[in-house]
Amino acid sequence: MLERVFREEWGRVLAALVGFLGDFELAEEAAQDAFATAAERWPRDGEPANPVAWLIATARNRAIDRIRRDRTLAAKARLLDVPDRTEDGLTEMEDTIPDERLELLFTCCHPALSLEAQVGLTLRALGGLSNDEIARAFIVAPETMKRRLSRARTKIKLAGIPFSVPPQHLLPDRLATVLTVIYLIYNEGYGGRMELAAEAISLARVLCDLMPDEPEVHGLLALMRLLHARAPARFSAGEPVLLGDQDRALWDGELIAAGRAGLERALALRGRGPYLLQAAIASLQCEEPIDWPEIAALYTELARLTNSPVVELNRAVAVAESGSPQAALAIVESLDLDDYPYTHSTRAELLRRLGRVPEAADAYRRALALTDREPEARFLRRQLALL
Amino acid sequence: MKYALLIYENAGSPPALDDAEQRSVRAEYYALRDEPTCVSGGQLQPVQTATTVRVQDGRMLTTDGPFAETKEVFGGYYIFELGDLDAALEMAARIPATRMGGSVEVRPLVEVPQRVED
Repeated sequence: MLERVFREEWGRVLAALVGFLGDFELAEEAAQDAFATAAERWPRDGEPANPVAWLIATARNRAIDRIRRDRTLAAKARLLDVPDRTEDGLTEMEDTIPDERLELLFTCCHPALSLEAQVGLTLRALGGLSNDEIARAFIVAPETMKRRLSRARTKIKLAGIPFSVPPQHLLPDRLATVLTVIYLIYNEGYGGRMELAAEAISLARVLCDLMPDEPEVHGLLALMRLLHARAPARFSAGEPVLLGDQDRALWDGELIAAGRAGLERALALRGRGPYLLQAAIASLQCEEPIDWPEIAALYTELARLTNSPVVELNRAVAVAESGSPQAALAIVESLDLDDYPYTHSTRAELLRRLGRVPEAADAYRRALALTDREPEARFLRRQLALL
Repeated sequence: MKYALLIYENAGSPPALDDAEQRSVRAEYYALRDEPTCVSGGQLQPVQTATTVRVQDGRMLTTDGPFAETKEVFGGYYIFELGDLDAALEMAARIPATRMGGSVEVRPLVEVPQRVED
């Protein structure tokens, strides 16, 4: 029970405390104290009527005790003017606790912090992951992650990184940073660590609730849901499976429906941003038969927005699937993306379809030389052997 | 909070500006100085005028030139009193050096107690 409350409410409790205390570290300690107290008392006394209000009040009292005891926190003394509240007589304020998770998210994803710190802080502050869990997920030593997060918290305090939703003229850029962080967390998970993918989806759901009119937020959530729905079919016995060969019975139909509903919402909000476009592509890829010309058109639009050669490479694949391998090959050969293994594996596949076998074999070898993931290398060797 | 906006200029050849452009850039620097939140500021003479001082075994050693030869040289600074880092970053982005091959480092100042008059 407490575990569920922790998973669902850690972010809200911490956000309220950072807002009140103006100090990330103090807030985190106080929140931890409050959850520890709950672990002692709730099994004995029962869960309070409003767990969030109880936790926030308890944490505030703990923090105020610390400020009283600790002279180095004298600057926070003004907070002591707040009248003491008893932990259990709090139910009347339950509806008036503002949800400050959005402020917290924008603080954690402030561009003055390194991207790694943004990701780590977001997982810690909003997702409630422990330092060691985050370190494990990103394959760094726990000590390294601890230092990274602590440096970031110090910078937030000393440099005056605001705890607020950015003003309108800064919002588009800053929201883009938040979405990048969430999608990065998702992609870490997509590469195998599923709990991170689930964490990213749950962060995006919170963000959707808090910013219901932002089409790209709905677009990102829809994209991750649509990709995640196919995740169980992407590998078979450890080997990657191409989209066309995937067992559709393994796809998660409910998740696809939820993703498509989000996509509709984003379109209704007149969105046309990169996440929405990628979600639309992912949605089309869940259909049978797949409308490849439409996907190619969406990639054209996406390439215009992002200027990304990787998007162009994907467009080439869609063009080939639409029946024009020759045109697709021309796209691939125009790309400045020579160190990317997928450039060469795509080129190899196109050359094979055009009957240019020796050139295809060369391209597969080139891709193999650039690949450092073993399952993909095995896949490429199989393709090479089939030529 | 007080923020120092430390202005670094590209040590290479500065972009050639005609008189009118120079006047307009100077006006931008003055406009920043005249902001009500600006506490102080200063422009440094060119790096060729720098002398670096060290003290070794109680003896003062001076060398001609800056502390370190770098691509970007420290050219001047502002001190602003602003609400938060976002306000400081926006102010920094208005400094002409940021779009002329230079950059601005934003650093919060340590809060020290006011001097007590006796």
